[in-house]
Amino acid sequence: MNFAEMHQPEFAQAPATERHSHGRWEPYVDNGGTSLAIAGSDYVVVASDARQSNGYIINSRYSPKAFQLTNNVILATSGYAADAKRLVEVLEQNSQMYFHKHEKPMSTTATAQMLSNTLYGRRFFPYYVFPILAGLDTEGRGAVFAYDPVGNMERVVYRAFGSAAALVQPFLDSAVGFKNQRNADATRLLDREQALKIAIDAFTGAAERDIHTGDWLDIYIVDGNGVQHQKRELKHD
Amino acid sequence: MKLRAELAIKCATHESQTESRNHSIMQYNGSAIVAMVGKNCVAIAADKRLGQQALTVDMDFEKVFRMTDRTFIGLSGLAADVKTVHDTLRMRVNLYKHREERVIEPKTMAHLVSHMLYERRFGPYYIEPIIAGLDKDNKPYICATDLIGCLSLPEDFVVTGTASDNLFGMCESLWEPELEPEDLFETISQALLNAVDRDAMSGWGAVVHIITPDGVITRDIKGRMD
Repeated sequence: MNFAEMHQPEFAQAPATERHSHGRWEPYVDNGGTSLAIAGSDYVVVASDARQSNGYIINSRYSPKAFQLTNNVILATSGYAADAKRLVEVLEQNSQMYFHKHEKPMSTTATAQMLSNTLYGRRFFPYYVFPILAGLDTEGRGAVFAYDPVGNMERVVYRAFGSAAALVQPFLDSAVGFKNQRNADATRLLDREQALKIAIDAFTGAAERDIHTGDWLDIYIVDGNGVQHQKRELKHD
Repeated sequence: MKLRAELAIKCATHESQTESRNHSIMQYNGSAIVAMVGKNCVAIAADKRLGQQALTVDMDFEKVFRMTDRTFIGLSGLAADVKTVHDTLRMRVNLYKHREERVIEPKTMAHLVSHMLYERRFGPYYIEPIIAGLDKDNKPYICATDLIGCLSLPEDFVVTGTASDNLFGMCESLWEPELEPEDLFETISQALLNAVDRDAMSGWGAVVHIITPDGVITRDIKGRMD
């Protein structure tokens, strides 16, 4: 036994796991929150709550997690806020580069593919983000793309991600997808007012039961005229 | 000091094992049960699946039981305890009927269940029951308890089982006050079907009971079988 060890206090002799067990750095945090998007024939509605939390602590009551990437593309996120912020920076940079190189803005589908590639580029140290990308496709129809953190991509009509996804997604299945309704036309798309109302209803319900969702609701509506943004109040408790 | 540290580690390990075991036991068989209040009526509905984790064993498993003419109990959680608690409760309800010479009220039954569960405070039955019924004045009554019998008495709806998050989301957006029996049936059926379709552990058809002052309507519902 060397000198240093002999003069260590008794608790320092505890097993290695005990000594190093506190204050270990974690690369990921779950900041809660919920995002959803609904596509229509000529529009898309995106909604995200703005609460940012860490466990039972609320970091911020208004920290938006839906971002306007280009003229007509919105990225709604959930998961780790720091990674989401960085991901948006990377995407904005790349779409700017594209714009200057090709002298035209990036299309929604091209942005969607770029997002997938960006995520897969970090396959072994992923951005802990569950992105939903929404915009209009080249035919002017509403387009929603949903991803997992490593870039697995799917084009869908509606999707909810985040801490209240389990509460919201079944409701969207019923209200937007007309699931379990025998006489309904499952391929029918909602009009804009209906979609907006359903998005608001979904978040009112989610904020009631999910402690990580609430405070403020950011809504983006994308159509042929451009992007319209509105901010609504949710429960603050 | 060293001994104390080792002991702390042992306790922590044991605790985390107990924690994860409790978690998986409640999720082992899978279920989804919901009850709702309407205008002078209540509804209770459940899925029919019995599984062993991902393997489906039975597609017609009963988890809602008619305890009296107008009081039902739904038992989610470990299927073995669902059967045991149902049998014990049936005995207790029959004993009550013979001693008191009257039928047990839903509120009384809720407290009976609560006592039965808390009696096993440190070795609980792994079930989370919900009770739905009409009392002697035809007033709707619903309640839920956790696995050691802590009652919660909301005035709108109660949910339990592996699809409880999904059911909360559905009920929170579909339920409204003062629904007539047929509208209540539609609401509870839609809530349950869409909830179980997003839960891998429950589904495979459903059963709905509507309890009205005139009697009970029971309907079997066909859902997605996957």
